[in-house]
Amino acid sequence: MKNWPLYEIFIRSKQGLHHKHVGSLHATDSTMAMENARDVYTRRQEGVSIWVVESKHITASNPDDSEELFDPAADKVYRHPTFYDLPDELKHM
Amino acid sequence: MTKLKYILQLADTALILGHRLSEWTGHGPILEQDMALTNIALDLVGQARSLYQHAAEVEGKGRTEDDLAYLRTTTDFLNPLIVEIPNGNFGDTIARQFFFDVYNHTFYTELQKSKDATLSAIAEKSLKEVKYHLRYSSDWMRRLGDGTEESHQKIQTAVDSIWMYTGELTTMNEVEKEMLSEGIGVNLESIKPIWTEKVKAVLAEATLTMPESTWMQSGGKDGKHTEHLGFILAEMQHLQRTHPGATW
Repeated sequence: MKNWPLYEIFIRSKQGLHHKHVGSLHATDSTMAMENARDVYTRRQEGVSIWVVESKHITASNPDDSEELFDPAADKVYRHPTFYDLPDELKHM
Repeated sequence: MTKLKYILQLADTALILGHRLSEWTGHGPILEQDMALTNIALDLVGQARSLYQHAAEVEGKGRTEDDLAYLRTTTDFLNPLIVEIPNGNFGDTIARQFFFDVYNHTFYTELQKSKDATLSAIAEKSLKEVKYHLRYSSDWMRRLGDGTEESHQKIQTAVDSIWMYTGELTTMNEVEKEMLSEGIGVNLESIKPIWTEKVKAVLAEATLTMPESTWMQSGGKDGKHTEHLGFILAEMQHLQRTHPGATW
């Protein structure tokens, strides 16, 4: 069982919201991962939809690359849409 | 009162199997399966509570669900033997669960038509849970049967040794016959072929051999139990008997 692959679990808590990473678990295949996810992560009505994906299929950014990946965005405030005057009636922008 | 006995039989069945599965808590092969078995245990104990509450109401003598679960003795319990046999290894537990789930799923489907409105409602609610139990145990049957040589051999041994307890599930006793005639109970004779078909199909997919033996153990539904039930009750009822009326 130590060799069982790791799966990442994503749960959508409500219709209309997006799936959110909630954790990981071990399973032999995606069917079992789905059942395990249901049993481990949705016991308290946390979700209406589950995605499971084997961890090895996720390519993650390297923390060592943070400087070149993320720092350049720091001084480019003009990329935020904060320079428009919005009418008061407009919510959720 | 026959109806009371019938409801108690259903309640005892759910409670004892729920208790058996709860024994896996903290002992599951891995965390995920530990939780899966515990979830099923909780579903079953929940079903048992609804049934005991209904039984207490039908009896009308002021006894509560706790009295019925914790203050009756082995010969009062009316569950079929299959739910009280020990957990064994993980495969034994899965095989027992699978045989029971196939039965339970078909049973609750039929019980929805009961003339007793409460039983019908409990059946409808429980069916959602039982559908998942059946999916879980069927998947594991296929996985273990069609897995490694060792897992195949272990689950086949489990199937063979538990087989003699399966017949009682679909064999009617006097109480069940009377309840059927009153439109309250389920016709187990009609469930039997469905059970056999479904079990056969999953065992075939799992590359397992279906036992041919027709000799079956029985007696649990009439209060004649294996020695195991006494030990279960000793542990399960200990607190309530030592501190009567104890609450949280």
